[in-house]
Amino acid sequence: MTSFTLSSLTPLLPELFLAIAGMVLLVAGVLRGNQSTDFISRSSIFCLVFAASLLLGMEWTRVETLNGMFVLDGFAGYMKLLIIGGLIASIALSIQYLHQDYIVRFEYPILILFSGIGMLMMVSAHDMMSLYVGLELQSLALYVLATIRRDHIKSAESGMKYFVLGAISSGILLFGMSLLYGYTGTTNFTLLGETLNTDVNLGAVIGLVFILSGIAFKISAVPFHMWTPDVYEGAPTSVTALFAIVPKIAAIGLLIRLLFEPFAALQDQWHQIIWFISLASMALGAFAGIAQNNVKRLLAYSSIGNMGYALIGVAAAGEMGITAVMVYLTIYIIMTAGVFGIILCMRRDGSAVEKIDDLAGLSQNSPVLAYALAILMFSLSGIPPLAGFFGKFFIFQAAVESGLIVLAVLGVLASVVASYYYLRVIKVMFFDEPADKFDSEISLSRKLVIGLSIFVTVLFILNPTPLIEKSRAAASSLFNGSSHSVTLAQTDHDN
Amino acid sequence: MDFPILSLLTFLPLVGVLFILLIRGDKQTVARNARRTALFVSSFVFIISLYMLYFFDETSAEFQFVEKVEWLSGLNISYHMGVDGISLFFVMLATFLTPICIIASWHAIKKRVKEYMIAFLVLETFMIGTFCALDAVLFYVFFEGVLLPMFIIIGVWGGPRRVYSAFKFFLYTLFGSVLMLVALLALYLHAGTSDIPTLMENPVVRDMQMWLWLAFFASFAVKMPMWPVHTWLPDAHVEAPTAGSVILAGVLLKMGGYGFLRFSIPMFPEATEFFTPLVMWLSVIAIIYTSLVALVQEDMKKLIAYSSVAHMGYVTLGIFTATTQGVEGGIFQMISHGIISAGLFLCVGVVYDRLHTREMSRYGGLVKNMPKYATIFMILMLGSVGLPGTSGFVGEFLTLLGAYQADTVIAALATTGVILGATYMLVLYRRVVFGEQKNKDAAAMPDVDKREFAIFIPLVLMVVWLGVAPSFVMDRVSPSVQNLLVNYNAALGREMPEVKIIKVSKAAYKAHHNTSVKEAH
Repeated sequence: MTSFTLSSLTPLLPELFLAIAGMVLLVAGVLRGNQSTDFISRSSIFCLVFAASLLLGMEWTRVETLNGMFVLDGFAGYMKLLIIGGLIASIALSIQYLHQDYIVRFEYPILILFSGIGMLMMVSAHDMMSLYVGLELQSLALYVLATIRRDHIKSAESGMKYFVLGAISSGILLFGMSLLYGYTGTTNFTLLGETLNTDVNLGAVIGLVFILSGIAFKISAVPFHMWTPDVYEGAPTSVTALFAIVPKIAAIGLLIRLLFEPFAALQDQWHQIIWFISLASMALGAFAGIAQNNVKRLLAYSSIGNMGYALIGVAAAGEMGITAVMVYLTIYIIMTAGVFGIILCMRRDGSAVEKIDDLAGLSQNSPVLAYALAILMFSLSGIPPLAGFFGKFFIFQAAVESGLIVLAVLGVLASVVASYYYLRVIKVMFFDEPADKFDSEISLSRKLVIGLSIFVTVLFILNPTPLIEKSRAAASSLFNGSSHSVTLAQTDHDN
Repeated sequence: MDFPILSLLTFLPLVGVLFILLIRGDKQTVARNARRTALFVSSFVFIISLYMLYFFDETSAEFQFVEKVEWLSGLNISYHMGVDGISLFFVMLATFLTPICIIASWHAIKKRVKEYMIAFLVLETFMIGTFCALDAVLFYVFFEGVLLPMFIIIGVWGGPRRVYSAFKFFLYTLFGSVLMLVALLALYLHAGTSDIPTLMENPVVRDMQMWLWLAFFASFAVKMPMWPVHTWLPDAHVEAPTAGSVILAGVLLKMGGYGFLRFSIPMFPEATEFFTPLVMWLSVIAIIYTSLVALVQEDMKKLIAYSSVAHMGYVTLGIFTATTQGVEGGIFQMISHGIISAGLFLCVGVVYDRLHTREMSRYGGLVKNMPKYATIFMILMLGSVGLPGTSGFVGEFLTLLGAYQADTVIAALATTGVILGATYMLVLYRRVVFGEQKNKDAAAMPDVDKREFAIFIPLVLMVVWLGVAPSFVMDRVSPSVQNLLVNYNAALGREMPEVKIIKVSKAAYKAHHNTSVKEAH
């Protein structure tokens, strides 16, 4: 029996608010045309801030609602805050860029908003159905964003590629879900967990493998990473920034929820898979990045590698591991936002340049940008005392704690290899003779994003405690929360 | 003492960085003020470190000036600082050499002066922090952090192959360090804390010790550097600007030796004992092989770089004898080498600034036109050779004494290094300072000016003073070394080998003398 009251919607307040706001803005955009893009961008940021404050105002004790379709707990709350933060940064970075590259379209911020709603749904999904709906909502919005510069051949190509491969991965995911449903007879996470706990059969394991493959595509983990460099390169840079910052967070959140709630009983099986794709991603991210000349492609490989590190924490399969993943992702988002902020500033005579060599001698032309990028690159390669070191530190700590010594050792070695290409960026900026200057106009919002990113990266060492505490609380809600969860609406399985 | 002197020492250079960042104006003003600020701050840091030296209790083996503040909450990782006899003089070395480096770069560095000074001050913070940290994670942060400014210093202000050298330096060191990081995490999870004094009291089982020791060894051996992972050092030295070489040879290499004393020996005694033959043979190979390599170098800096590897061979040899003389000798050798090699690199820097070449054959007969320079160079060269009366002698003699107790063959082989060392240094000196004045431009070089003289005076004085009165250092080092060795031997379940040093007080000597005189009558 199902029942529905208005109060069962309260955990969805931020999502509902964003959905309504998105539609209102869409109407406003249609009525006022493309010249209202800036206004819509700013309003979107405002809406996201408001949604974040709604989220913060709610209690993050675990609630399941909509017949067990949707869950809000400390983990989901934290991930949602990260996602919203990433969305705000992405929109803030895009405002000036849209004008510079003549893609002033009011749909742009609105699509980001809708993809954001999809992501928020993803981390709160507690049923295969809501999971898929959330995933597709974010994916479809992102496909369109990749091609938003439709008169530009690379943008169109990247969007096409992203769409076709994304559709295939969604198909694989759906196939896995249907297998799982066939063997267990349910799509609800709680029921799935209970069923798999009593009876692990081969069909369900195959379903798990398909589902993991589908999600591995979304987080661009090896061997499902092939789309990443091409899409990163082809998409407009502000969209690339969005791709690098946000969707992966949502996908990792989704992955963690899946692995530790419905598939907790299958840990022996998925552990091997995560172990492998983690190692493969780190290795490929490190080695393939060496030969890149395009900054965006370089960052694509960097993000593949970084997802590999995050997956170590997942493979560590404990509260400490998940805490480490959340610290890692938080720091990663902040650093990536800063890096893309600077890459968006790489413009000469009004058009964007994106070769690494174009950065030559930046330290003499615009020292502030060069130092900022150097700090972020050192941080990405995990050198203390910068924030990136602490991200890796916690990940490896979790790995060593759960006995994944081999993975940890190979991981740190991969980080040495990867540091080569981060250093190369610094080398080009500092050691090479200066090329022509970049255009100097940088919007305030972009300066703010870069400044905040540098601020956190450098000063994180002074007070790392709050982030660790918050992450730990969020991770523990995932492990201890489900035993005493509150269910707002009566659901079938309660009876 | 409640005053946080170590934090002040460590972070004062960063305050200097803030001031330098605030400097505005045209290029010349900025450069001038940046130089002055850096010199002022680093000198002030040196004065504070003298103050620390003065208040250091030389009778105690305990950590002193300890500060401890919660840092990573709930993880038992704290901001814990302190110095003992082992680390004290490394801190002094860092604070002593930084102002010298800044004066040495006064005119040599013309481009991007502001950034250069910032890099050096940041480097000073990390160096001092490395030697003061009493928490393994904190230690790692400082230890690794050194790479950032040094990479920039070599890469921006270095010679023609600077990019290659900077990368090699960075990647080599990072490779060793990350392995240490994993071992450090394992150690941390084993003991539940990363506090170094606590870790020392929490021995791990033998099997685990082996792996952890190897991982730490990977890091310290690269840093030291030991043969065969020393190849980054000659490259880095040759390409680095003079002051960069000074800091590299003077302080950064010592981090490896310090790491052995702080981590490997006290925390993994059984593994240390097990691997001692390996380290000793590697040290002997380093001493003989790199001395021979040094013998055939044409580049002055490269020659001194290889001699550094050989001298560091004595250090590892001494440390791993686990005898009082050996360990104390190793520490003394590091301090002495820090001063002498710094001086030698500065000597090369002086002629390089004038002629812009480091080829030995381009010089010759400098004694005629640069007599002061020849004198200074001679004292430093003799110190490097290990002439009695210079600081180099004390360190080499003690390490060899220690080595002799441990293994006669190794001691005998290592002693040949002393002869080889004398050979290549004398060859260097003869070719550069004596002989004919082959080149007109070399013959026309002016002697050292006041600024250069001011840099060399403290270095030369230190070389002689430490050579004549090593007890100033030894008295302060001894208690901590004794403590280290007593614990080391206790962990291995054996008595501390007795060292027969007959101490005779003056009164007793007189009494004895008087009786014997009377008896004679």
